[in-house]
Amino acid sequence: MSILIDQTKRVLVQGITGREGRARARLMKEYGTQVVAGVTPGKGNQEVDGVPVFDTIREAWENVGEIDISVLFIPAPIVKSAALEAIDAGIKLLVIVPDRVPIYDVLEIAEAAQEAGAQFVGPNTLGVLSPGKAVLGMIGGRAASARAWFITGPVGITSRSGGITSSMAYYLAQEGIGATTLVHVGGDVVVGLPHPEVIKLFENDPETKAVVMFGEIGGGQEEQVADLVEAGEVTKPIIAFIGGKAAKSGTRFSHAGAIIEGGRGTYEGKVNRLREVGVTIVEAFGELPQATKAVLREHGIMK
Amino acid sequence: MARLHEYQGKALLSEKKINIPQGGPASSPNEAKKIAEEIDGPVVIKGQAWLTGRAALGAIRFAETPPEASEATAAILGTKIKGISIDTVLVEEKLDIEREFYAGIIIDDVSKAPMVIFSRVGGSGIEEIAQEHPEALARAVIDIRTGLLDYQARDLVRQVGIHGKLQLGLGTLLTRLYSVARQYDARSAEINPIALTSDGKLFAADCRIAVDDNAVYRHPELGIEIAREFDRPPTPLEKVAWQVEKNDYRGTFYFIQLEEDFKKGDGVIGFHGAGGGGSMMSMDAILNRGYKLANFVDTSGNPPASKVYRAAQIILAQEGIDGYFASGSGVASQEQFHSARGLVKAFMEVPLTVPAVIRLGGNAEERAIAILERAQGKIPSPVEGYGKDDTPEFCAERLDSLIKAGMAPMGEAIGLKYPQAKEPYAFETVSGGTVTLDHSACKECVSKICIETCVPGILVLENDLPVLKISDEEAKKGGCIECLACQIECYFEGNQGGYVDLPLPELQKG
Repeated sequence: MSILIDQTKRVLVQGITGREGRARARLMKEYGTQVVAGVTPGKGNQEVDGVPVFDTIREAWENVGEIDISVLFIPAPIVKSAALEAIDAGIKLLVIVPDRVPIYDVLEIAEAAQEAGAQFVGPNTLGVLSPGKAVLGMIGGRAASARAWFITGPVGITSRSGGITSSMAYYLAQEGIGATTLVHVGGDVVVGLPHPEVIKLFENDPETKAVVMFGEIGGGQEEQVADLVEAGEVTKPIIAFIGGKAAKSGTRFSHAGAIIEGGRGTYEGKVNRLREVGVTIVEAFGELPQATKAVLREHGIMK
Repeated sequence: MARLHEYQGKALLSEKKINIPQGGPASSPNEAKKIAEEIDGPVVIKGQAWLTGRAALGAIRFAETPPEASEATAAILGTKIKGISIDTVLVEEKLDIEREFYAGIIIDDVSKAPMVIFSRVGGSGIEEIAQEHPEALARAVIDIRTGLLDYQARDLVRQVGIHGKLQLGLGTLLTRLYSVARQYDARSAEINPIALTSDGKLFAADCRIAVDDNAVYRHPELGIEIAREFDRPPTPLEKVAWQVEKNDYRGTFYFIQLEEDFKKGDGVIGFHGAGGGGSMMSMDAILNRGYKLANFVDTSGNPPASKVYRAAQIILAQEGIDGYFASGSGVASQEQFHSARGLVKAFMEVPLTVPAVIRLGGNAEERAIAILERAQGKIPSPVEGYGKDDTPEFCAERLDSLIKAGMAPMGEAIGLKYPQAKEPYAFETVSGGTVTLDHSACKECVSKICIETCVPGILVLENDLPVLKISDEEAKKGGCIECLACQIECYFEGNQGGYVDLPLPELQKG
């Protein structure tokens, strides 16, 4: 199995007639994603690469039937409206690719999603990919590359950096370690499905046997993962690398962040907290594949 | 987070009826004197800089009379504290403070909501107070749909033991602070201290507001020059870079200078990353070898070749760099030959006179590396291209070796200039550029390489000459994606008749 996406999910592309939307819809299809419809307000009644385009999501739904997921390729200022439309139409998973979405817009989307029982990945995400099955967003770029780079296997991959999502999967695959699903949680401070949420999904996926996580300084996602492990809600082994060790801590402008975060957010804080609960921490990125291999062997997941 | 100065923040608070001390900003001793005369009493003069702890740094002074205010202002203006030159002071009535509180609004990533924090103790050292006396603080998550409601705010104040009229006043102030934060898309907004004066009024004695970079476009009235977090005013090059980013929504271009006063031989490297995580690792790889970084640059999110070209030009404008290091995540989803073409154009034209190591792993990396290698003979200094199977550490090691080899530029360090086209066929591009195909050269061209390599495929042969197959207008609206094939491919595989002019007027001026 995999999480969030596979070849059975019916996918809508919002902004399908734009530069990115058009290109990515084609690439998603080529990799195996069922792209059943596209929406661009004012540009309905045409086809993009054989995908029917509608003016609104309700119209798309009425014409093509149920839609599981919407992938948004639209300019940041109108992301909120597009996301609310998707949630309102009953779509339960959104992948918000664009960056530069105003943070209060993200908070409004989060509120609406929670109320409707919907989830969203991003914003500022490269997307989600289940090797050999389907992709949402732009991970892997060309389908041929994605096929060559990523293989199926027992590891769930979650990352706060888009590029590193692909890198980790690629370098692991070079060592023969495949993945169930790759998730780029998004590069912003507030994201719909942060590491702890993604890892809970991996915990419930029978085929995922271990999780590889790329964390970063700032925010509280990694500490929350440690809390989950400590509480016994996550039992699968986790191998993590935390980026930003050498980053200069900047002059703080406001006190509020420091008050809320306390010791959270720093490299040391994250590493220590994760180690404390038994997460395997890799200090050099290049050692990630070997460390993962060792953990998989130790747990009898890999020979 | 784009930071506002204290006087700017106070103006916003005042709009929402939060009391601020009487006064205003001044940029000369004379102006300060006039404001002090209007106040007609003791004043405080506060240098405007994005720093905490200004008093200890000498940027806050008191004056009893207008002439003293003038003197104090003269003493503060023009001084540099922690690298920031102060060009404005805030002249305000001196409050008769009886008690201080703290209030802040911040976005909490865990609850995905704004959060309000109130402390019954305010002033300097608030972070320590939070650590040592958690009972002095109360916090609450705010519902984004309803905002901070009056009774919620009052209850927050009650939780730290404040009652009666004061509770009412502070509660109202909190709801007003939230409405400022919400209206101006503040990532954080805090008043520290809230001053209770001896006559029982509440004032915002100091405030810090930082606006969400992504929402700056909604607030032209704030006059924010660059929607980026800086702890100092932007440098001239940062301003140039911001113009590039602001005028071109395709992909991301982030530029921040880390070192300014350096010269050749100081071991400072021009850094060009792609993607946050990979950039961090790549920077570490350079820093681990004892070098410093002149700048941080990120061009990612599938930027066009033109944007990468402009980024490279700005990096190369830092004249004292000893090397150029480009390295990102290593397995990029974007097609890397776009970046390669942008780099080659900049390296040929500026030109590059220090060694460069370019790690362009990802989609179409073989093509990207071939583009770099093919251009070597036309670039004065050595350029090495690597892909996803070469680590940042290895690439940093290569750059280190090239720099240590200390080779003088191999070719003449004169940038490539295109001659005036004899038979120009030209059209404009989306970012203010112009593509010129010199049909006198195209006539003699055998390969007509521009036709097949043009990424959007907008060129067609007409009478054996390349022309647009879309209208000029469509090309300008983004039909031409500025992939630079009609210059770079034409230069090496064609008859050198294609040129893409991508002006960066602010850079030339500087």
